[in-house]
Amino acid sequence: MTRIEFMLNNHPMRLHAPADKRLVDLLRDDLGLTGTKEACGSGECGACTVLIDGLPRPACLTLAAQLEGRQVTTIEGIATKTGLHPVQQAFVEHGAVQCGFCTPGMVLSAVSLLDHVASPSAQQVRQALAGNLCRCTGYQKIIEAVLAAADHKGERL
Amino acid sequence: MRRVILPSSLEELWREMERRPDALVYAGGTDLLVRLRREPHPDRSLICLERIDALKRIEKLGNEIFIGTGCTHSHLLASPLVRDHLPILAQALAVLGSPLIRNVATIGGNIVTASPAGDTLPPLYALNASVEIVAPGLSRRLAIDEFIKGPGQSALRPGELLSGVVIILPTASAIQHFEKVGQRAALAISIASLAALMQLDEAGIVQGAHLAWGSVGPTVITCPEAEAALEGKPLNRESLAKAAELASGAVSPIDDLRASAAYRRKLAGNLLLRLAPN
Repeated sequence: MTRIEFMLNNHPMRLHAPADKRLVDLLRDDLGLTGTKEACGSGECGACTVLIDGLPRPACLTLAAQLEGRQVTTIEGIATKTGLHPVQQAFVEHGAVQCGFCTPGMVLSAVSLLDHVASPSAQQVRQALAGNLCRCTGYQKIIEAVLAAADHKGERL
Repeated sequence: MRRVILPSSLEELWREMERRPDALVYAGGTDLLVRLRREPHPDRSLICLERIDALKRIEKLGNEIFIGTGCTHSHLLASPLVRDHLPILAQALAVLGSPLIRNVATIGGNIVTASPAGDTLPPLYALNASVEIVAPGLSRRLAIDEFIKGPGQSALRPGELLSGVVIILPTASAIQHFEKVGQRAALAISIASLAALMQLDEAGIVQGAHLAWGSVGPTVITCPEAEAALEGKPLNRESLAKAAELASGAVSPIDDLRASAAYRRKLAGNLLLRLAPN
């Protein structure tokens, strides 16, 4: 077992885990954070997307030892006490969720995009979400939701 | 449980590699960690390179650009040096994997993995890139086509590390072109790709052509006959069609789940026709 310290959803986390345990397993099995989904297990679908130091990464290809000193954000960490994150709210309002399996990863990829590009074009949204596969929505409503969230963030500034 | 070691300097890396000669070294892990799930080697430690900042340099030294092995594809895409001087590489990086993969996977990993479908490889062949290999007290350079020996095979010896890629800058007026054909735009393994670096003179006559195809042979395929067919000719549909015919004959594709060999052969030639001026 390796001792690992990192920030998880803005809370300091100190735990002992096998160094080669995949982050997706650590989150789901040990920490009960089942919002992070696993589908392909090989980095090809985006269901297990988490943010590490603000960048989307596949949790199925990240090992526990790699977390030392990092900031990890999962879908459980983006809403505030006062409500959903603007991206989550926009997904609800725009019907961007059907079965919901891709949604956590999709939302986190979108959150990272809007953190880096305040007013993305539709093309930039498509490119940023290209690693997150959805088999239900046909993507259109997801893209509309992300664009709406960007507009909404802009209005609040 | 497998040990996972994250050295933060080259000195630390050499110590760990000496201590554990059978350790598996990885950077992003987007190939190795997937492979390990299928073929577990429970006793072999893992050494991850992602914390070694010395391997993440992108530098212009005279007329050369040095790219450190640990640069992620996202990092390279954001680099003005790559964007301004090496659009042929930037075009390939933009369609490599997905944003998630590009945030993790590195150029060194793409080279050492030596997949016939590695997207950075055709541009590196067209650019005549060299790789730098280091070990304690040793540093050597090899041309990319001497480094890559076959699918998954390279000239890297035990105890050595691919530390980076060296690219001599093409002239500012050179045509730099990359195209990949896959079943969808993102997350698609290439069916065939072409990287082309060409120099035209003021009259539009081809002075030099460097062509390299991905996914149509065990390694990147080059075709000196097609290059020779273009040199001294105006760049137009006619000259490109002749070169395309030679290229289709030179490639050695296979049938697989993504496409047939016959389709790949035709495609390899046809990708050249995109270079025709409108």
